[in-house]
Amino acid sequence: MSVEAGTAGAVISRPEGLRERITGLFMRSEALRGYGLISPTLIVMVVTMGMPIGLCIAYSFWTQDYLTIDRTFTLANYQEAVTHPLYRTLLLRSLMISGVTTVITVLLAYPMAYFVAFHAHGNKMTWIVVLTLPFLTSYLLRVFSWKIILGYEGVFNAGLISLGVIQEPLAFLLYNPTSVIITLTYAWAPFAILPIFVSLEKIDRSLLEAATDLGDGPFTRFLRITLPLSLPGVIAATLMIFIPTVGDFITPELVGGRDGKMIAKVIQVQFGRANNYPLGASLSLITMITITFVSVIYIVMTRWVTKRIA
Amino acid sequence: MTSSGQKKNWPLLAYACLYLAFIYIPVLLLPIFSVNDSLYIAFPLKGFTLKWYESMLTNDSMHRALWNSIKVALAAATISTVLGIFAAKAVTRYRMPGQKSVVSVIMLPLVIPEIILGTSLLILVNQIGIGLSLFSVVLGHVLINVPFAMAVLISRFEGFDQALEEASSDLGEGAWSTFRRVTLPLVLPGVVSSFLLCFTISFDEFIMAFFLTGNEQTLPIFIYSQLRFANRLPGVVAMGAAIIMVSIVVVAFAEWLRRRGSYGMAEDTGL
Repeated sequence: MSVEAGTAGAVISRPEGLRERITGLFMRSEALRGYGLISPTLIVMVVTMGMPIGLCIAYSFWTQDYLTIDRTFTLANYQEAVTHPLYRTLLLRSLMISGVTTVITVLLAYPMAYFVAFHAHGNKMTWIVVLTLPFLTSYLLRVFSWKIILGYEGVFNAGLISLGVIQEPLAFLLYNPTSVIITLTYAWAPFAILPIFVSLEKIDRSLLEAATDLGDGPFTRFLRITLPLSLPGVIAATLMIFIPTVGDFITPELVGGRDGKMIAKVIQVQFGRANNYPLGASLSLITMITITFVSVIYIVMTRWVTKRIA
Repeated sequence: MTSSGQKKNWPLLAYACLYLAFIYIPVLLLPIFSVNDSLYIAFPLKGFTLKWYESMLTNDSMHRALWNSIKVALAAATISTVLGIFAAKAVTRYRMPGQKSVVSVIMLPLVIPEIILGTSLLILVNQIGIGLSLFSVVLGHVLINVPFAMAVLISRFEGFDQALEEASSDLGEGAWSTFRRVTLPLVLPGVVSSFLLCFTISFDEFIMAFFLTGNEQTLPIFIYSQLRFANRLPGVVAMGAAIIMVSIVVVAFAEWLRRRGSYGMAEDTGL
């Protein structure tokens, strides 16, 4: 309160109507103090995200001239990015791999989260800790362990041979889009479990009792109460997995082989070996716009479907 | 605990066990191969050995990478948490016009793939000529940490009674000492979890570090560089196994503390 009094003294000399002065003062001081407090965070976000993405947009309209940048405006990068079949194939494949990964991860995680939220009496926190513990180790090593499982001399082949199912190791397990999907499904599991668990946990249990009292069986009750109310968690999980996995290049590199390559790999090459920042920038932006487009369609569709059900 | 008191759901319990096997078996392979007496990470297993742990203890570049990662993660977690406190306090305590858009802007890094944030920041760092270093990695990590820090802290700031702060200023405390003596102790659990979350994210972050790291490598970049050499793999696997075991011990200890009730607050109701 004392701070506001100080500001009041400074403003009071202005010739304004009393009412405007009081509301204006209130708005100004409260909003100004809020913005003052949040400004360091905003400045850091502008410097580390706003300016870089602005520069990225600018670069996408320029050209690389060996070591220097030619700053004449051109759409050549976009033209190359759109017309070159390689980029289109990789972008579509990335969307496909991430989409399938997201669906499988969420489908596998939902019953698990449901179990913890509704059936793990008394030790929910322990379950959550146990479920997230494996993911504290290095991401790269977790991906690498799938190489050990699916590889030519890996766990899976060794197991099948010792069971007598096969005589020769299977070579097709690793280095394809499926092995990328399996590995990503594994690596992103906690990002599905946690949001779904939180949204299930928030559900008012008396709603479920009411549904039962009104004659709903367990299945109808799940479909009409639990599932719709947990959708925010499902949507959050979907986006938290889909968006980053489209931009992953390390998992495809380790387990994807030639056919599992994704769009982020060619972006990385433009910023590395190929040293063509402008082309890399336009590929980045096209990828980002595509992801945003797909996500928005997904959110709108889910909302529409939910409204129809409810 | 008002959960509708059903009987045990056996199919669901069986599913939970299968799921646990799915998430544990891959990481448990690392400790197994870390004591396998063979250069090749493949079955069948050879004899037992501790030599990979020995090689880990004498690997100087691994130690340097580990130390770099700790430094980066400490710096990024501290800065992100402080920025998160500013943002969370502003958002929960003041009515600001356009508040929703401000929060959305801060949350934006969550919905942009890291490769785009990383390469864009790389362009900026090159453009203004500060060069690639651990400092640029910290910048990148702060960017991806702040949304998490703010989200954790907002829920904590929302969770306590604002009247306590008002009482403090009514009783004559200034803004700073109210913050230090009333607000901070109340939000401390949130601050701790924000810090730990940011530290964990930063410590294991690969993509941003891949683009922004200079001569000094962070641990994930070091691991990546080792994955190409078959003869260095067992040492890396031993380190991965060590990380798992250390985290299990730390988490088990924290969980034990929490169960004794000396950690956290009454927020975990019904647990």
